[in-house]
Amino acid sequence: MYSYAGLIILFPLVGFLLLGLFGRKIKSETLVGSIASAAVILSFGVAVAIFVEMLSLPVEERHHIISQFQWIAAGALSVNVAFQVDQLSILMTLIVTGVSALIHIYSIGYMHGDKGYWRFFTYLNLFVFSMLMLVLADNFLLMFLGWEGVGLCSYLLIGFWYDRNFEKSTVADASKKAFIVNRIGDFGFLIGMFLIFVNFGSLTFDSVFSQAAVLSPGSSILFWITLLLFLGATGKSAQIPLYIWLPDAMAGPTPVSALIHAATMVTAGVYMVARCSVLYALAPATMEIVAVVGAVTAFFAATIGLVQNDIKKVLAYSTVSQLGYMFLALGVGAFASGLFHVMTHAFFKALLFLGAGAVIHGMHDEQDIQKMGGLKKYMPTTYKTFFIAALAISGIPPLSGFFSKDEILWRAFADGSPILWFIGFATAGITAFYMFRLVSLTFEGKPRFDENHLHPHEAPKTMTIPLIALAALSVIGGFIGIPASLGGNNGFEHFLEPVFDTANTKLALVSHEISATEYVLMLLSVSIAVTGIYYARTIYLRKQNIAESFAKRFAGSYKLLFNKYYVDEAYDATVVTPIVKGSEKLLWRGIDVGMIDYTVNLTGRAASFASEMFRRIQTGVTQSYAIIFVCGILFIISMLLFR
Amino acid sequence: MNFEQIVFYLLAAVSAASAVLMILQRSPVNSALFLILNFFCLGGLYLTLHAQFIAMVQVLVYAGAIMVLFVFVIMLLNLGDGRKLKETLKWKAYTAIALTSGLLLELLYIFVPASGTISSQSPNAVEMGTVEYIGKVLFTKFLFPFEVTSLLLLAAIVGAVILAKKSARGGSAIGGKITE
Amino acid sequence: MIPLNFYLILSAFMFCAGVLGVLVRRNAIVVFMCIELMLNSVNLSLIAFSSYLGDPTGQMLVFFVMTVAAAEAAVGLAIIIALFRNKQTVNIDEINILKW
Repeated sequence: MYSYAGLIILFPLVGFLLLGLFGRKIKSETLVGSIASAAVILSFGVAVAIFVEMLSLPVEERHHIISQFQWIAAGALSVNVAFQVDQLSILMTLIVTGVSALIHIYSIGYMHGDKGYWRFFTYLNLFVFSMLMLVLADNFLLMFLGWEGVGLCSYLLIGFWYDRNFEKSTVADASKKAFIVNRIGDFGFLIGMFLIFVNFGSLTFDSVFSQAAVLSPGSSILFWITLLLFLGATGKSAQIPLYIWLPDAMAGPTPVSALIHAATMVTAGVYMVARCSVLYALAPATMEIVAVVGAVTAFFAATIGLVQNDIKKVLAYSTVSQLGYMFLALGVGAFASGLFHVMTHAFFKALLFLGAGAVIHGMHDEQDIQKMGGLKKYMPTTYKTFFIAALAISGIPPLSGFFSKDEILWRAFADGSPILWFIGFATAGITAFYMFRLVSLTFEGKPRFDENHLHPHEAPKTMTIPLIALAALSVIGGFIGIPASLGGNNGFEHFLEPVFDTANTKLALVSHEISATEYVLMLLSVSIAVTGIYYARTIYLRKQNIAESFAKRFAGSYKLLFNKYYVDEAYDATVVTPIVKGSEKLLWRGIDVGMIDYTVNLTGRAASFASEMFRRIQTGVTQSYAIIFVCGILFIISMLLFR
Repeated sequence: MNFEQIVFYLLAAVSAASAVLMILQRSPVNSALFLILNFFCLGGLYLTLHAQFIAMVQVLVYAGAIMVLFVFVIMLLNLGDGRKLKETLKWKAYTAIALTSGLLLELLYIFVPASGTISSQSPNAVEMGTVEYIGKVLFTKFLFPFEVTSLLLLAAIVGAVILAKKSARGGSAIGGKITE
Repeated sequence: MIPLNFYLILSAFMFCAGVLGVLVRRNAIVVFMCIELMLNSVNLSLIAFSSYLGDPTGQMLVFFVMTVAAAEAAVGLAIIIALFRNKQTVNIDEINILKW
């Protein structure tokens, strides 16, 4: 089955081409949606078949490279289009294709009636193709191809409704922002790739990692490579300092937010760091930076999400925060835990976004939660699944979020430092609070809209079935990773162990015995989550005046949080405006027009000036011509005489 | 100082003087007359060089035909004494004088020191100038140019007639009114 | 007795006189006459060389020069007549349309 790995990528590509070339002419929306969904479902099927076969193989034989053809052969650089099928990539493939399939089905209902229906599914298929290319690549260059491809699709899909306005600017501006900020990260990725090629002579993962494994830890070249690659990851996975595009990306349709900005594209950075675990294990300084950035981002974004009023904005900041958790895990060496959280987060975050989409759809495009309330009697299925997802993200056992988040917090305490644990712990509390603030304000309490004019309705079956499927996964998804302390055997971590073997050896982490500390921490995180939920429900359901008085008392902090710490404004003032003004004044007017154009025009003007001078010879007076004759004769004779 | 030298100096002086005077005359008829004088002197100079045939042809063709043609045309155009054609471009005159003196100096620089190499005419100069000798050379060695010259004269005749013909309306047959 | 270069000096002198006339005079017919003067000066030096070197080629050339000069005079004067009929002037300073 392994040799059919190429089919996984082929199906979405074919779907993209079919819909791209003929989609406009297909009049039936169902057909368009079915083609796109079928492509992804088929990929999922092949991935499952390969997974099943992988499980039947012994551990040493699970890693295969399936080479398709040679792409670049230029001197020392040789790059093939080849797929690396091992435990890590098959896991990512299953997540990507599975969640994508559900979101494709959801979109059939959500995008109904849109005039760009075929375009949407075309871009979605292209996105799945690129993402799969990213996770299945066996070398950095092919991965970068997928990396750029998902960035492109993100731009196309955020700007899907390109003629609309969004907040203070336009949808087009939001998609441009996403693309440009991503680009800055990609710059880091590229330089990292160049350094890898220069130092290791190859871009293939197997070759680079085996060469790197013999280097000593703390070498400066590995520090720079890993740091630059991490810069790329901060761009793609929305960490500090390049997270600013993700809230703006909410300008796109909700399925896009669910698929790209919750479940798949933003996890590409996490995947990349996990894939390069060997390199990171040998660069302890970078690991520290990764962990700190992850933790700080988690806390930072959670505080902003606390006061937002747009339902999708809250979820966007929540995504940034949860991604911070994943990087925290990677930074302390818990690679498998980070990926576990990728998986569970994909389930409940996609569910949250799709649920939000159902709410927006039902409320006829209203997104402000201050104008909602009491929706649970209009949309029961949506309410129930959304509630389950909120419990999962808050880390309430036995839902999946509890297992993955707890594993990260435990490892942060044990292998990182208590400070890191504390930041994660505090963030967990804030997460629970703002999630249930969202649930309470949206679904519960009294309706704050005019019930006579606005009749919210439940979403159609195509939209609710994926919600139910994701809710089920959010509930049971954690059971494959039950840690030893709770009686499980942590199948997830064992499955991925061979991939991170080298890295773990390099990190020389002490294997942890089951200890009382672990139970204490577990108890603490559950209790703070429950506390957060309790306070959120109390304030927002019964005693709304507490929230208002808090906002008045801490007006300054409230304003700071509401305006996202003015980070966008700061970037604008320090980076964007100088570059734009500098380009306009200095580079364009000064150099381009003043120097280059001037010089070019000068040659033109010199030519016409010279010809002005010369044309005066043609006076029309015959004798002046004769005078010139005689001058010439004199000259020739003197040449002959005096040579 | 023998007879030959006296003749030469006399003819040379008159010829040079008439050349200079020719270019200084205000009236074109006067210029034409001085030019005729110049041609006669040149004919005399050819005789001192024993080129009898050419001397005769010079007087017949140049002084007799070409200059007559010039005088006809001057009379035809009724130009008057040329008082209306005043010189107004002074720079032209000065540069012309400068250039011409430069040219003259250069030519003199070539010709004046080259004395002594050939100081006397060649022995067969006398025989060379006769009609018989010229005829012999002309119709053997220079036959082709001779025939081509006849074509040239034909072209000249046809051209002159067409250019100078009056059209029925009174303008010239060639070209219309030339406007600025 | 008369060295060759005396004839050549005279020829040079007449030539330069002709050049000066061509450059300075404004009446087209007079310019034409100065051109004839220049041709004659060349004729003189050709005959001189022919006589002093014993080569008849010089005289032959003079023969042809004269022929050509005659043809040229005829055609040139016809052009001047045609010009006069159109512009009522033979002042070459006024015939200056072929300029920039």
